Amino acid sequence: MSSFELQAENVSKVFGRRLIFKDVNFSCKNNGIYGISGPNGSGKSTFLKIITGIISPTKGKVIHYFDGKIIESEDLHNYIGFVAPYVILYDEFTAVENIHFFSKIRGINFTQEKLDFLFQHFGIFDRKNDLVKGYSSGMKQRLKFIFALIHSPKILFFDEPTSNLDNSGKEKVYQTVKEESQNNIVIIASNEDSDLAICSSVLELQDYKI
Amino acid sequence: MIWKIVLFLLIAFVSIAGITFPIVAKPEHWYEFPLIMGLGENAKIIFFHVPTAWLTVIAFLMSTVYSIKYLRNKDLVDDIKAHSAAQLGMVFCILATITGAVWAKFAWGSYWSWDPRQTSIFALLLIYGALFALRSAVEVEEKRAALSAVYSIIAFVTVPFFIFIMPRIMRGLHPGSADDTNAGTVVNFKMNGNMQLIFFLSLIGFTILYYWMWYVGYKSMLYKEKLNKQYH
Amino acid sequence: MSSYALFKKDLASELRTRYAINSLVMFIVVTISVILFSIGNEKISDFLSGGLFWVVIFFSAMSGLSRAFVSEEERGTTLTLQLIASPTTIFSGKLLFNLILVFAMNIVIALLYSALFEAFVIKNLSLFLYAFILGNIGIAIASTLIASIIAKASSKGTLYPVLSFPILLPLMLTLIDLTKQAMDTTTFSSSYVELAILGCYDVVMIAVSFMLFDFIWKD
Repeated sequence: MSSFELQAENVSKVFGRRLIFKDVNFSCKNNGIYGISGPNGSGKSTFLKIITGIISPTKGKVIHYFDGKIIESEDLHNYIGFVAPYVILYDEFTAVENIHFFSKIRGINFTQEKLDFLFQHFGIFDRKNDLVKGYSSGMKQRLKFIFALIHSPKILFFDEPTSNLDNSGKEKVYQTVKEESQNNIVIIASNEDSDLAICSSVLELQDYKI
Repeated sequence: MIWKIVLFLLIAFVSIAGITFPIVAKPEHWYEFPLIMGLGENAKIIFFHVPTAWLTVIAFLMSTVYSIKYLRNKDLVDDIKAHSAAQLGMVFCILATITGAVWAKFAWGSYWSWDPRQTSIFALLLIYGALFALRSAVEVEEKRAALSAVYSIIAFVTVPFFIFIMPRIMRGLHPGSADDTNAGTVVNFKMNGNMQLIFFLSLIGFTILYYWMWYVGYKSMLYKEKLNKQYH
Repeated sequence: MSSYALFKKDLASELRTRYAINSLVMFIVVTISVILFSIGNEKISDFLSGGLFWVVIFFSAMSGLSRAFVSEEERGTTLTLQLIASPTTIFSGKLLFNLILVFAMNIVIALLYSALFEAFVIKNLSLFLYAFILGNIGIAIASTLIASIIAKASSKGTLYPVLSFPILLPLMLTLIDLTKQAMDTTTFSSSYVELAILGCYDVVMIAVSFMLFDFIWKD
């Protein structure tokens, strides 16, 4: 089995004059489910964006290892799957087109079976050729999981994974999280108790608001 | 304190000497300037106009250097330094444009005639203007610093193209430019010793003045930042 | 290859939504007709028509080329792109799209313009073509880079020409000069320096773009 490792050391982030968080340490290895929680505005999403390399920390560093080698930031994106309310898919394309374009841009191949399986798994197979414009927010959320899983990432980041989902959707998500955590790392940022219940360890972000 | 007095004396001497020393056909005394054909009394602008144009360029250069430094270290102090330099650059750029235009009215007959150097200073004015427009359109400090740093570097690399293309398209009117048949190269030198001396003293004086203004400007911006941080 | 995929995505999206194309075509028509109206029955000099040609191109470019990045920012898909591709891929994909757009747009403008303006007669067609091609590449690179900057700022529409003009100015001056020369003589000998300046501009701009795009793209 290949090994993936993430290390965040003394990460601090300041937006203008506002301190979001300070000296946060976080690391995870190989597989498992990790949780991140904290009150609104404590910087959960910011922290996720920092450890995925989308934004850079004010202080501290984040390093990703694959098989003991450091991953360059140019290549990092193909190791990562990301689901979040602020990940937005293209309205003018159908669900399948979205996934196709994204995979082509990533430069990866996937089999038709995998695509069909994922669409079936998340229960939107019947409407896979509809424009995303016409999707409900719950269906968009399901599509985002397909977007995050299609390239078989080594590390998955779920920000509020169960938002907008009905009970069957939530069940699917928990099932997916458990399956993925066998071989890969899953990191969940949420305040839902049911989301955090499946995590093996939870990082509490402090609130720096005065 | 001492260097402030020195600066004061220097600028005062340059101003008085530059304005009052007479221009005569055959200079005999140490305080008399030579007559440059085609320029006459107009020649005296060199003591004030050239330093402002020079500082416009220096400020632009400094702003770019601090922009590169910012992108390397992501230290907001460098951004403030670059911004302070750009602000002064804008002021000197306007001064150089106006003094030049007024002078051109008397020397060339019109305020503006798209001489290569006029076009260059106009381009610099546009760049400075664009830089400030960009800064006011970005809210987040880090983003504002990064974007304006990137923009000043892009603007900086276009400058050599101006230098190459301008003389090929437009006829130079400035004293000292290649097409100028009238006066020959002024800086090479129809000026005599005392004129050169005052010219370079003026250049030095203005440069020190610029550095001082830049230092005060950036320090005050820094303190403003710190005060804002305290009360938030 | 991935930048080509991004280009195909943009093209498909453009064909479906017509974000840029519709306004671009209208802009070309409006600009040319404004010039035609203001000329009226006057006869304009050849050189003036050569200069006005690039004025039309500049303003048309300013109306359409910012879409490449602004549309992503407005839809909120910037983050999605950051998740699937490296900055280099993003920039080259967007640049490819803008290159195609600039060439299509400028060919249309050139055809319309030479049909409508009698004074616009090019004697040295190959010189004009070299200038046209090198100029279009330069316009595409510079305007893609500036588009990526203004996408992160507020008041994008007005900021775009303000930021682009000083950067495009040396290119435009050279192009106007070369167009004059192409209308004037049939020889090449006096134009090598200008063509070299255009080539250098393109190379310098593309190098600067790839060096600086990381800083613009990443928050």
